[in-house]
Amino acid sequence: MKINLKIWRQAGPNATGKLVTYRLDDVSPDMSFLEMLDVLNEQLIAKGEEPVEFDSDCREGICGMCGLVINGEPHGPRVTTTCQLHMRSFKDCDTITIEPLRADPFPVLRDLVVDRSPLDRIIAAGGFISVSTGAAPEAHATPVPKKNADRAFDTAACIGCGACVAACPNAAAMLFIGAKVTHLGELPQGQPERAARIVKMLNQHDAEGFGGCTNVGACADACPKSIPFDVISQLNKDLRTSLVRGL
Amino acid sequence: MKLLMALTGSLFVLFVLMHMYGNLKVFAGQEAFDSYAHHLRTLGEPILPYSGFLWIFRIVLVLSVIGHAYSAFYLWSKAHNARSTRYAVRAAGAAAWRTQTMRWGGVALIAFLTWHLMHFTTNKINVNSAVSDATIGDSPYQLVVASFQVWWITVFYLAALVAVGLHLQHGVWSAVQTLGWAGTPGARRISQLLGNAVALVVSIGFALPPLFIMFGFVK
Ligand code: HEM
Ligand code: SF4
Ligand code: FES
Repeated sequence: MKINLKIWRQAGPNATGKLVTYRLDDVSPDMSFLEMLDVLNEQLIAKGEEPVEFDSDCREGICGMCGLVINGEPHGPRVTTTCQLHMRSFKDCDTITIEPLRADPFPVLRDLVVDRSPLDRIIAAGGFISVSTGAAPEAHATPVPKKNADRAFDTAACIGCGACVAACPNAAAMLFIGAKVTHLGELPQGQPERAARIVKMLNQHDAEGFGGCTNVGACADACPKSIPFDVISQLNKDLRTSLVRGL
Repeated sequence: MKLLMALTGSLFVLFVLMHMYGNLKVFAGQEAFDSYAHHLRTLGEPILPYSGFLWIFRIVLVLSVIGHAYSAFYLWSKAHNARSTRYAVRAAGAAAWRTQTMRWGGVALIAFLTWHLMHFTTNKINVNSAVSDATIGDSPYQLVVASFQVWWITVFYLAALVAVGLHLQHGVWSAVQTLGWAGTPGARRISQLLGNAVALVVSIGFALPPLFIMFGFVK
């Protein structure tokens, strides 16, 4: 396949960036999207140019490092991560525009690499449970109904990639927080810190400069892990409970 | 913020439904409509003075509009500050359309509301040169009928109703989600259906009287 690329190039955090056009003549439809970028980078290095910086780690869709905005869609046209997207999802001679995840709390470090540590700080603010160290507890001691366990599993699938923020017209991180509070809130272990969790996470969210949710739903459409939109209502419900309790 | 918006928004929905019920009384004839308008003003008497209830109602609504608009602009500016560099390519998705219709649609609604109040409540503007002011007198019914006999007034009101319908379609279910009652896939589907239903009922319910007047079924 022949592919035309328009890629955001930016030398550093404070440099001004711009879209630069490249052309690849021999792309296999079986290549993953990141392999296609690897091919481009090999050619750039051979020509003595700077390769395009982008993040990746597992390349199997489970770590959340690889978010790119492809033709305006975070992770591109499929419900999967960028590393699990393949070139067969595009047509011969397509022009593909690749941009970094855009939100002011996610500053561009270089080219397509952004700093997503605000999500880590939101987790550190409340997205955890406290347990004593030592031997693992006996698994049967705390039964969890199947329904709750399933929902906790589904929402625990969030890989913290930030696609929801990138897709949101308000640049809000509510789907990410909703996934976490639903995951922990469905389980007995999550109860002791539940009421304080949502307040702390939202305060951190606002302090990082994310926008406010207006229930648009672009986040859930972009999420590679199909985190359902209703976790945001669960988040609001938890918040309401906390407010009533005066937290 | 969102909570304020959801609560004031819900109040509008109740108001709009009541208002629609009142308007549909046009079909019951002049007497019913006029006595309804009069009844609004005497509701609560003798505990409250003439128009007392109406004034309390108006104050609550005005405060709600202010709170609603305040939270809207707050969210708007926050969103603007959270993404100062825009995407070069934006997916032509429903998402952008939804936010834009809520925001610009909301602004359009306020403009419409201003005209609407001047038209029927404060200034009682008569736009139909074929009907003399004397015929109208102080009958709200006559004013309404005379107005909607003018085609562009009807078209203008219909356009406003489209805006109301779009606002409600997203607004109603959004309020349910914000109040925390859409926390499961089933509840979300139901509340989205509810949003569509309220939007349809309100737009069609309001549209009937002007249309029937314009086409001469109600005189
Ligand atoms: C002052 C003019 C208005 C402006 C600027 C405005 C703007 C907005 C905005 C930006 C939202 C949030 C959108 C979102 O959640 O995506 C909203 C929500 C809403 N609006 Fe309005 N609006 C106005 C008037 C009205 C009117 C007249 C009604 C009643 C018919 C109404 C009913 C609602 C409802 C029910 C919501 C949902 C609340 C929620 O999101 O939780 N609005 N409005
Ligand atoms: S909710 Fe989905 S889109 Fe958002 S960070 Fe988690 S996996 Fe990524
Ligand atoms: S590189 Fe790990 S999810 Fe894509």
